[in-house]
Amino acid sequence: MIDTDVLVIGAGPTGLFCVHQLGIIGLKCEVVDNLDKIGGQCIELYPDKPIYDIPAISECTGEELTNNLTEQIKPFKTNFHLSDRVEEVKKKNNNWIINTNKGKEFKVSSIIIAGGVGSFEPRKFSVKECEKFEGKEIFYSVKDKTIFKNKIVSIFGGGDSALDWAIELSANSKVQLMHRRDEFRGAQSSVDKVKELSKEGKIELFTKCQLSSVEGDKKIKSIKIKNNDGSIKNIETDYLLGFFGLIMKLGPIVNWGLNLDKKRIPVNTENFETNQKGIFAIGDICNYPGKLKLILSGFHEGALAARGCFKYARPDEKLRFEFTTTSKSVQSRLGVKKND
Amino acid sequence: MPKITYIEYNGKAHTIEVANGLSVMEGAIQKNIPGIDADCGGGMACATCHVYVKQEWFDKLPKKEDGEEDMIDMAYEPNKFSRLSCQLIVSGKLEGLVVKLPEKQS
Repeated sequence: MIDTDVLVIGAGPTGLFCVHQLGIIGLKCEVVDNLDKIGGQCIELYPDKPIYDIPAISECTGEELTNNLTEQIKPFKTNFHLSDRVEEVKKKNNNWIINTNKGKEFKVSSIIIAGGVGSFEPRKFSVKECEKFEGKEIFYSVKDKTIFKNKIVSIFGGGDSALDWAIELSANSKVQLMHRRDEFRGAQSSVDKVKELSKEGKIELFTKCQLSSVEGDKKIKSIKIKNNDGSIKNIETDYLLGFFGLIMKLGPIVNWGLNLDKKRIPVNTENFETNQKGIFAIGDICNYPGKLKLILSGFHEGALAARGCFKYARPDEKLRFEFTTTSKSVQSRLGVKKND
Repeated sequence: MPKITYIEYNGKAHTIEVANGLSVMEGAIQKNIPGIDADCGGGMACATCHVYVKQEWFDKLPKKEDGEEDMIDMAYEPNKFSRLSCQLIVSGKLEGLVVKLPEKQS
């Protein structure tokens, strides 16, 4: 059991800056995120795309913003629990007990949900029968590539994951790459490589088509693909890989007794507390009149929510407003050493 | 204000007025039309405001940017009439636009 002041759910920019705001008022926190890295949507959706509306930063990429925020919270030596997801949240006396997917348990006085639009999950094939083969012959990520050796692998998608795995697996497997149009959006060098391998007969390309059905009882025997002109083709295969990017699912949050309004959590704008005392929501996941889904709004919300946590973590103390520029105690928390 | 018709997957049609300058996605969200999620809020980053534009309208719309076509790869059951409704900006030219909604967005 990890006993701390606050649990922050979500390591996107909003969650990261909130860690800073908790840190400077002297509260300890731990962070849980479903992704395997820090940065949330910034790192997963647009690491190399520019952002132009961070105050005082004319332009930065999602990755740069993440790196800068990570640097800014370094003094607080916060623990990040990545590739883990909060499953259960329960009230016990004046605390919240939180259990994660990986079996971790936290005891805190407040929770701050900075979960974006929920956790990222791979987008799956829309064909119904795919569910029963998932994890056996149908995968949305590759954990053990040796199982594909000398097998027929049908890869669906047009981005970098689909192209990279098609190239990689073509060395030891019969690879069929299938995509709904004839342009690929991956890196040009990968597109060129795939076309070259296709000419050599090492990758078979099927474009302007989508999966229409999966045949087979216990094991997949073949698939049918539907071409854009409506014709159907039967193709033998042993495995299916789908790379259609990620979608965001609210997940277990719906079970925590919070009011929800169309996938968002209503909060007050004084301290961003939800209908549950001691649970706060900030960033894209919260909603209130006038809400803007901007990173800068998330920073503001985190600053207020952090202060909202104070009364639960230190019920006998009074929080005094201080500026980082002049406060000795804040500067000592930041590890700043100045010679007067 | 231009009238836009959204047809749910089950066939239920909603015709609403959407102010010029808003996106077809925002019009639907403001009027709580089911079937458009718009998780990312209009950033062309999620493909959950995916619609099928009626054929006679499809060619009249401004062309897709590359980013939109790439993101449509991620949509649920895209076809050649697929658009992201966050990228369709309402103006007098869109008066009477009809879009069909997919079975689901994710």
